Amino acid sequence: MSDLPTFYERKEIVTPGDLLAEGDYLAGDNTYKEDGKIYATRVGLVEYEDRRVLVVALKAFYVPSVGDMVIGKVIEVGLGSWLIDIRAPYPALLRASDAFSRPFKPQRDDMPSIFDVGDLVIAKIIAYDRTRAPLLTIREPDLGKVERGQIYEITPTKIPRVIGRKGSMITMLKQETNCQITIGQNGVILVSSRSPKDEQLAVMAIRKIEEEAHTSGLTDRVTQMIRSEKGDVKHVPEET
Amino acid sequence: MLNMSQKKPEKMIEDNGVRLDGRGPKDLRPIKIEVDVLSNADGSAYIEQGKNKILAAVYGPNEAHPKHLAIPDRALLRCRYHMAPFSVEERKSPAPSRREVELSKVITEALEPAVFVEYYPRTSIDTFIEVLQADGGTRCAAITVASLALADAGIPMRGLVAACAAGKVEGRLVLDLTDIEDKGGEADLPLAWMPNLNAITLLQMDGSLTTDEFEQVVNMAVEGCKQVYGLQKEALKAKYVAVKGEVEE
Repeated sequence: MSDLPTFYERKEIVTPGDLLAEGDYLAGDNTYKEDGKIYATRVGLVEYEDRRVLVVALKAFYVPSVGDMVIGKVIEVGLGSWLIDIRAPYPALLRASDAFSRPFKPQRDDMPSIFDVGDLVIAKIIAYDRTRAPLLTIREPDLGKVERGQIYEITPTKIPRVIGRKGSMITMLKQETNCQITIGQNGVILVSSRSPKDEQLAVMAIRKIEEEAHTSGLTDRVTQMIRSEKGDVKHVPEET
Repeated sequence: MLNMSQKKPEKMIEDNGVRLDGRGPKDLRPIKIEVDVLSNADGSAYIEQGKNKILAAVYGPNEAHPKHLAIPDRALLRCRYHMAPFSVEERKSPAPSRREVELSKVITEALEPAVFVEYYPRTSIDTFIEVLQADGGTRCAAITVASLALADAGIPMRGLVAACAAGKVEGRLVLDLTDIEDKGGEADLPLAWMPNLNAITLLQMDGSLTTDEFEQVVNMAVEGCKQVYGLQKEALKAKYVAVKGEVEE
C-alpha cells in the first residue's frame, strides 16, 4: 500500500461523500475521484487494495452485466419476445426464437404456453450496453422456467457473501440444508428441496447472511444456526 | 375561529437571547432521524426536527413513465413535496398547492447535483416527501431526509445534502426558525449544502437583510448544515452498526 493518506480503517462503514483517500489512488467500485480525492458514492464497507480504493455497497440495485445468470419474472408477452423484470433499471428482453427449437412462427407457435405473465425464468444475459434493453437467453443447461421451490430476494451486492470465498458458504448451505440453491446475480435466490422444512431452513440461513453480511466470522455462525435449528426439527415428527 | 397558539407573542426573543422554545440564537431544534423505515419503497427515511415530522420514500431507478419524459442521457429525478391535510393547524386541501409545486421543484434541484443521474439514462428516480406535521423549515428538513432516502435506496451519490435555515428575528440573527419566528421575523434564508464538495445547492430568502447580515446568515446556516450532516451520517450507519455490535461482541 502506498503511504499517501487514507482516512478510514479497512471494512469501516462509510456513507456517500466520505473522503476515502487523497493522492495517487485509483477509484474502484462505488467511489469517484475529484481533484485527486476519492469519495464514496454509496453506504458500504471501504476496502483499500494496493492503490485501488473501493466500497462494498451494503444496499444497491442490480445493474445488468453480460454473462450473469439472473432470475426474472415475465411481465409482458409481446410479438416475438417476452419482457422480463430482472430487478434492474431496465426490463430485459427474451426473444421467442430463443425458446423454440425450430424457427419461430407467430401463426403456429403459442408464446404464452411457453412463458406466461407471472412466470419465473432462469436466464443468462448475453448482451447489454445501456442503450438498449438487456437481452437474455435460455439456451444453456439449467436455464428456463422455474417449476418449484421458494424465492428469496436480497440486495444484489450481498450475493458474493451468499456464495462465500471460493463458494464456501453456498457449498455449506447446500450440504447442511439438503437444498438445491440457484443464485441469480440480480439478487433473486431460488431454493428447492423435497421437504418444505429444509427450504424454510435455507431461507432462514440466507436471511441471516443478508442481515449480517457486513460482519466477520459469518460462515461459522450460519453453520451453527443451521445445526441448532436442525436439532430442534428432529423432535418434530416428520410428516410424509 | 379563535386561534390561541398561533397568536404572535409580544416578544419572540428575550433580551438575553433566549427564544420562545428556550433555544439560544445559534441552536438547532432537537433532531431525530431514522433510515429504512418503510419496507415497500426501495429507500426511505424519517426526520423529526422540533415539531416537524417528515417522511421520505424513494423508488428507482426504474423505466421512466410516461415514456416521453425519459431523458436519453441521464436519469429523470422527480420529487414530490406534499403536506398531509393534518400537517397544519387548519386543514390543508390535499391537492398540490402553488407552494408545494414550487417546493417540489426547488427540492429536486437541490438534490440533483448530488445524484449521479448520468449513470442510468432513460430511467426515473422518484422521491416522495410527506410532511406529516409542519412547524417552519420544512423544505430544509425535507431535503435532509430525502437525501438520506436516496442514499438508503442505494443510488450512487456525490455526497449527502444537508439543509438548514437561518434568518433575522426582532433584529437578531438566529438559526433554524420555527413557524412563528418565520412569520413574525424580518428574514428567513433556507440553504442546502453539500459538505464534501462545499457546494450550496439551494439558497432562497424572503424578507430583507443588509449585505453584512446576509453574509453572516449564510455562514450561520452552513454551520447548521454541518451539525445536520453529522446526524445524517450517524443515522445512515446506525442500522449496520447495531447488527455488527450485536454479533461481534
